[in-house]
Amino acid sequence: MILVSFLFVPILAALLLLLIKDKKNAQWTAIIFSGITLVLACQMLCTNMVDFDKSWLPNLNSRFTLHADGLSKILILLTAISFPAIFIATAKNNFKQSNIFLSLMLFTQAGLMGVFMAGDALLFYFFWELALIPVYFLCSIWGGEKRIAITFKFFIYTFLGSLLMLVGILFLNAHTADHSFSMQSFLHANLTNGQQATGFVLFFIAFAIKMPLFPFHTWQPDTYEQSPTAVTMVMSAVMVKMGLYGILRWLLPLFPVAFMVHTHFMVVLSVIGILYASFIAIRQDDMKRFIAYSSIAHIGLMNAAIFTHTQIAIQGALIQLFSHGLNVLGLWIVADIIEQQTGTRSLQQMGGLAKKQPTLAILLVGFALANIAMPLTNAFVGEFLMFNGLFLLNPWMAAFAGVSVVLAAIYTLNMVQKVAYGEVSEKINTMQAPYKGAQAVLIVLLILVFATGVYPQPLFTLTADTLQQLFVK
Amino acid sequence: MGIMKILIAFILLWPLAGFLFNGLGRNYWSKKVIAYKATGYIVASFIASIFAFMYVQDHGAVTVHYFDFINAASIKIPFDFKVDALSALFLLVITGVGSLIHLYSSAYMKEEAAPHYARYFSYLNLFIFSMLVLVLGDNYVVMFIGWEGVGLCSYLLIGYWFTNGNYNYAAKKAFIMNRIGDLGFLLAIFWIIVKLGSVNYSEVLTADSLAKLSSADITGITLLLFVGAMGKSAQIPLFTWLPDAMAGPTPVSALIHAATMVTAGIYMITRSNLLFSHSELTQHVIAIIGISTALLAATIAIKQNDIKKVLAYSTVSQLGYMFLGLGVGAYSGAVFHVITHAFFKALLFLGAGSVIHAMHHEQDIRKMGGLKSKLPITHITFLIGCIAIAGVPPFSGFFSKDEILAAAFAKSPIYWVLGVIGAAMTAFYMFRLYTTTFLGKFRGTADQENHLHESPLAMTLPLILLAIASALAGAIGIPEIMGGHHWLSHQLIPIVGEPIELGLSHSLEWTLIAVSVGIALVALLWAIAIYKKKTDEAPNTVVGNFFYHKWRIDELYNEAIVYPLNRFAGFLKNTIEKHVIDGAVNGAGKLIQYSARKVRLTQNGQVGYYILFMVTGIIVLFLLWFNDVPIFIFFNKLTQN
Repeated sequence: MILVSFLFVPILAALLLLLIKDKKNAQWTAIIFSGITLVLACQMLCTNMVDFDKSWLPNLNSRFTLHADGLSKILILLTAISFPAIFIATAKNNFKQSNIFLSLMLFTQAGLMGVFMAGDALLFYFFWELALIPVYFLCSIWGGEKRIAITFKFFIYTFLGSLLMLVGILFLNAHTADHSFSMQSFLHANLTNGQQATGFVLFFIAFAIKMPLFPFHTWQPDTYEQSPTAVTMVMSAVMVKMGLYGILRWLLPLFPVAFMVHTHFMVVLSVIGILYASFIAIRQDDMKRFIAYSSIAHIGLMNAAIFTHTQIAIQGALIQLFSHGLNVLGLWIVADIIEQQTGTRSLQQMGGLAKKQPTLAILLVGFALANIAMPLTNAFVGEFLMFNGLFLLNPWMAAFAGVSVVLAAIYTLNMVQKVAYGEVSEKINTMQAPYKGAQAVLIVLLILVFATGVYPQPLFTLTADTLQQLFVK
Repeated sequence: MGIMKILIAFILLWPLAGFLFNGLGRNYWSKKVIAYKATGYIVASFIASIFAFMYVQDHGAVTVHYFDFINAASIKIPFDFKVDALSALFLLVITGVGSLIHLYSSAYMKEEAAPHYARYFSYLNLFIFSMLVLVLGDNYVVMFIGWEGVGLCSYLLIGYWFTNGNYNYAAKKAFIMNRIGDLGFLLAIFWIIVKLGSVNYSEVLTADSLAKLSSADITGITLLLFVGAMGKSAQIPLFTWLPDAMAGPTPVSALIHAATMVTAGIYMITRSNLLFSHSELTQHVIAIIGISTALLAATIAIKQNDIKKVLAYSTVSQLGYMFLGLGVGAYSGAVFHVITHAFFKALLFLGAGSVIHAMHHEQDIRKMGGLKSKLPITHITFLIGCIAIAGVPPFSGFFSKDEILAAAFAKSPIYWVLGVIGAAMTAFYMFRLYTTTFLGKFRGTADQENHLHESPLAMTLPLILLAIASALAGAIGIPEIMGGHHWLSHQLIPIVGEPIELGLSHSLEWTLIAVSVGIALVALLWAIAIYKKKTDEAPNTVVGNFFYHKWRIDELYNEAIVYPLNRFAGFLKNTIEKHVIDGAVNGAGKLIQYSARKVRLTQNGQVGYYILFMVTGIIVLFLLWFNDVPIFIFFNKLTQN
């Protein structure tokens, strides 16, 4: 039942919010309900889960099956942490019709939760779209100046991916013995190598666009830049994980042969993407685009790690899914505080934050350290394991990808220098102390960053079953 | 065992507690509390280190386990710490010299506002903590944690005065150059894991695991480890960050150059000596890079006029000697030089700080002179430091440097000749520095002259203690030909094995010593004679200019690496990303729009419509599927072929 509540609570809150016009009340509703989800998610960690299974669309032979293993749990946890954090941190941002805004956000949360739990391919597709559609509205109504054109591109791009995935799902369904959409039937579908390749490509493109993987990434910096930051946070911290989740949950188990055929190609593509995005991040002046490109590099590494098909790298990727979410969320919140107060995202116009607002600068440096995977931050654990797996596959791959370790230091420290150090710039000089709620969220996130960086064992334990399943065959 | 578990925890956690105490309480504590706490924590750690050292003397090496850092997917990396003869020595040096630097800083940094004062001390404590993790770790990953930790702390401290753009740049440069080295270290760790399945010293550094490694593996691993050491210990080509690191407060330079950070590379190689001794190629590379760095840095030091810069290049040069020692297999000699160098280099930097303090932040030695009478304690202690580094017996530097040079001679007389030339240059530039600063007439402004003053006790006491150590530390390694027992090399037998037999006759060894000391003395006296009367103005010879501009290596790196990469990044951003990749995407989009217009679909840019289409599309697809319309038959055909 607890699994259903991850859908039920956000949807209930989303519907309730449609009736609450007052901004303050709407915000409290969103925070309280997402808080309840978080409490439930914590409870989930210490209970034994039972799959939820009910009839849904009998004439399509699709069932409402929810299932959660370690991979699902860690992403449910990330989703559950992110939403209240985002609601609190952005509570001071001004929106017209904030109840509708928050309602759409909560629909997205429900969709994301569904994606991470669905044990039925059609249900998976349903949630996949449920998570995306509210985001289109959020971007196109509350976004920046160029929102219409950008959202259009984002929509077409991701929709194209979704559609291919749907074709893939139907294609697989046609090859199952019982013509059902359940994970189990899909796993037992009898596919020739050629059919595997077709299915692989159809699913992969959807996931690659969602991550996004180089060269399918160009929608992302624009969308991040133009979206309201609360939405960007959802996309960047949680939504991009849909793609990686899809690969681990569906692509790898369903098309093992095609997967193995493509490992080297995919690793090379990802490594190119990592370096490419890292180089571009060096030259970004817009704080949001900077985080976008840095994130593309990090996601690329996770994709490369998964495609090494080594236990060690996939273990690294499993916990990096979570760690990256926290780290990037922290960076976004800092960026948002600065943008809200100074009205600029241009790094050129910043400088002197450490003098003007030392606490915020310290928090920024903390998340920057996680961004460059300093040891004892959470990102180090994941990256260490992932690079190790790459080395296992091919030492040269690890060496090339490893250049990004240096590049990450360059672009991140450039950013820190421009934002935090130097004399106080005109823009930064207008800054007040950040609002307490946002600061508290940042502190909690930073504590999590270091706590899971020093003692990551609980995350390993949480994801151990997924790792076992993936390598049992 | 139990007691050591607590003791090691104390050694590590006290500095960490100091970091948290001052870091979190930076707005609350008074400067007095900040300084007492920060220094007290390090002194406490030092006392605990003494006990740990004594315990190891009696009971041998101890390993303690706290918890597993990573235990997943068939690799296990525990948070294990080990105190043995090597790490115990480093513990004493780090916390001992570290304590003195903390004490000194409490007076030197007095002018800072309390929150910054707290920030400074919290970084300093974190620095000591990271270095302790580095030397106490019982596996390569824990060492790496400390390794990157000291890189971070140096970044924070070099950029301590963060409003200054140049200092930030220097800090960033230090971090990035270190990161390049760190990447090498990281790859070496992966290599070790892939081949041996473990990173624990007790499993990696054994004859069994050597048997599992091919000679190519050993060479690869050791070369990559050495790349890491190059970054941290400032060797060619990754040395240019260290001289710039003097942007930080002067006591920080003392910490970086003496007790922490740069000695990490020496420690790492000594720790892994079993691997290094089995790769002749790596040993040659290390020796050649070491001696080249020693000479290169010495030539630069001769022409610098900034008191800290001379000392910075002298550190690079001395580190080169240590690597020469490592390369020729004189591990205990290298460790010996680390220890003596820690004393005299800390002394020299702190002495320089005392001078800068007295001169109101003037660092140009051409504007000093005649400080001898005004700063008597600083003067005499600085002189002791200069004598020690110049290798004049019986001061400590003589013994350690001589041990390295003797081993170098046994390997190849060329190393020895180059080493002696470097030693002569060292004596020359150190006494050029000493003479210009302390002898002759005062050349600064009258205002400066009136304010010249000896530093307070908190600063002079560390100088005195370090001067005593610099003078006497040679006693721990008096070689047998001088009737000593070489306590240090006996200590290190469990880690580096029996001292290598050099095969040099006593008379030859005495001759070598006499020649090197003689040349150093000549250089030293020559420098005094020259610089007593004049100072170096801007260099006017081509070679002098070249040395003065540090062989123009920074410019070379900028032109050959930094700018091209920056341009490449700009090309990717402005051309490839914008026009090629996104261009293709937009082109495809336009094509769809165009064809959509052709079939006269409604096209008004409203997302709502698209969602409508999407839903319609899904329904249509379902219908197609239910009616078994050709699309899937087509797919099946396609894929069955």
